[in-house]
Amino acid sequence: MQRRSLMKAALTAVTMTAFGATAAFAENPVLKIGFVGVTSGPAAAWGISNQRSMETRAAWINETGGYTIGDTTYNIEIVSFDDQKDPKRAIAGMEKMAQEGIHYVVGPNVDDGAAAVRPVAESNGIMYFPYAFPKELYQAPASNAVLGMVANYQSGPAIYKYLMENEGVKTVAFIAANESDPLSQRDGGVEAAKALGLEVVSSNVTYQVDTTDFTPVLTPVMRAQPDLLVLSGVSPANAPQLIRSARELGFQGLISTETAQDAGVLAEGAGDLANGFISVGGASTPELASPMMNEFVQRYTDMFGEYNDESNTKVYALEYILETLKADPSAIEDVDAFQATMDTFEAPNPYMNGDAKLRYVGMSSFGQKRQVAVPLVVNVYQDGAFETLFVAEVD
Amino acid sequence: MEQILANGVYLGSQYAMIALGLTLIFALMNVLNFAHGQMYVIGGFVTYTFYGQWGVPFVLALVMSCVTLAILGALIERFLFAPVIKGSAREESTMLLAAGIAFFLDAVILLVFGEKQRGVPKIVDGVFNWDFRIIMPYDRILICVLAILSIVTFIGLMQYTKTGRALRALAQDRTAAQLMGVNVDRYSMIGFALGAMLAGLVGGLLVTITGVNLGMGGPTSIKAFMMVMIGGAGVISGAIWGGIILGFMEAIGLALLYQYGDITYLLIFVSLMIFLAIRPQGLMGKPWG
Repeated sequence: MQRRSLMKAALTAVTMTAFGATAAFAENPVLKIGFVGVTSGPAAAWGISNQRSMETRAAWINETGGYTIGDTTYNIEIVSFDDQKDPKRAIAGMEKMAQEGIHYVVGPNVDDGAAAVRPVAESNGIMYFPYAFPKELYQAPASNAVLGMVANYQSGPAIYKYLMENEGVKTVAFIAANESDPLSQRDGGVEAAKALGLEVVSSNVTYQVDTTDFTPVLTPVMRAQPDLLVLSGVSPANAPQLIRSARELGFQGLISTETAQDAGVLAEGAGDLANGFISVGGASTPELASPMMNEFVQRYTDMFGEYNDESNTKVYALEYILETLKADPSAIEDVDAFQATMDTFEAPNPYMNGDAKLRYVGMSSFGQKRQVAVPLVVNVYQDGAFETLFVAEVD
Repeated sequence: MEQILANGVYLGSQYAMIALGLTLIFALMNVLNFAHGQMYVIGGFVTYTFYGQWGVPFVLALVMSCVTLAILGALIERFLFAPVIKGSAREESTMLLAAGIAFFLDAVILLVFGEKQRGVPKIVDGVFNWDFRIIMPYDRILICVLAILSIVTFIGLMQYTKTGRALRALAQDRTAAQLMGVNVDRYSMIGFALGAMLAGLVGGLLVTITGVNLGMGGPTSIKAFMMVMIGGAGVISGAIWGGIILGFMEAIGLALLYQYGDITYLLIFVSLMIFLAIRPQGLMGKPWG
């Protein structure tokens, strides 16, 4: 009898636990946020750092009870689609997001993909946050794209000016991969350098995306002996090899890029030869990172085994989406409301120390607020870690 | 000019090694192994793990790459290609299988080794500089020498060992080799393992210079196919010549045509199309296959 009672009690406990768990799961409705970007192939690191940043933040939010927008607390679900850096796939990805009723999407990662999805996004009421720089995506009549980072035509001039004033740089050479993003970034960089009065001594040298050994590619550039070598739009996979080859060929000048890089990848691929390499980062250096940023890095590392420094800039997009929805809950189903809120939206930046704000910018570059205000943090690599060179703001 | 020649020799030797394994598998089994590039990438990651992560001596790490890929190649042949070849007379079945394996290995590489570019410490420091006429880091010279030695050893193995003779017999005429007492199943597996091992060896060697990432597999396979097509599919010496020719074309194009943007590979592809229109069997291939 006693045994039967014990079994009954156990069964009741299991049933109650199951009900409880179900109730806990069912308690919060789910808010789906999309990601369409490249998570396979040579540029996988770009998209994977996006996706994992979103998944880390979503898991964190869900673990701590959900995200309250208006009167409702939501669990966040990230719906991902690998576009393989192919515009046709990017369109398919955005269509999938539309079919799932998703109104907010992060990505795509590259210019042609971001341009390709524009009609799908605009006709289906989707706001999307590309990591692509063409101005026509963000200028009227385009309405639904929000640049998720600092563009090269914003960071490039700031870096060149700093190096002219502080390092006496007078000549510059550009090298880029032979595909749309790096080439357009190179052209923008050349234009900016000339406008600042720098002498561009080489800008024709390009390389195949799948190049693995850059010594033959860089040999002609090294003959020009520039003060500054700009690796336009360089992927994290190619940056260490380019730096290493340039230094081994005897290049003594400065090397910079306007894309985000990973310190671990630079350390492994180029070692001390990467010391002094200048790139654009986020709020990860010790003096800038807030406790929340440090916790994000820790959670990302716990979840995926290793942090990616590129996520310093990619942590922001999801936060902007959620904070803007919080500012106007009606925007969950209505992107027109979202767009109206963007003009006046402002919230504390949780990832940076000090009084930095989350707000939308872009009036100078695009004539409308279609860019997230991530800090323009210019880093210099030194002995396995990034150090902050200078911080600027974009509008 | 000296720099162009040095770059040509260096690129040619590493390309020849990449093409060797691919052409060997094609010669033995008439299989276009689209996963060859992925095998090269796995070889690079194994060396990275042993040498770069765990501090095992480089030579031992290289051996581990070879052993891992040889085992992987043997398993793929035994459990995937052999049943498909026996069960299907259509050549596209093996091509589809190879493409499927390539996608599968890409996914495995992403799961096991992650998405990041990986690199290992240099095996030799310093740069050879001959009055700025030839500038070549010592590690590239060493890898070039090791690649040439590996090619010579491979040719020796194919020419002078019982296994090599059996593999050559198999490549020349499968039925005749079987009638002469060659265990076709066994040597097919050995040949595939050897081809995969070569991919692992070159991946392990080149990780010291180029690093490795999961996206390198597809482009590596395409380059290997180009070399094989130039030299003649299924001909060992053809793969070596194909690699050397591609290496020199790339070195010359990059040195002389850089002012016109990235047209080197455009011209290489145009040349390849014209060449194949005139000589579809490649430099050393036979017109009848």
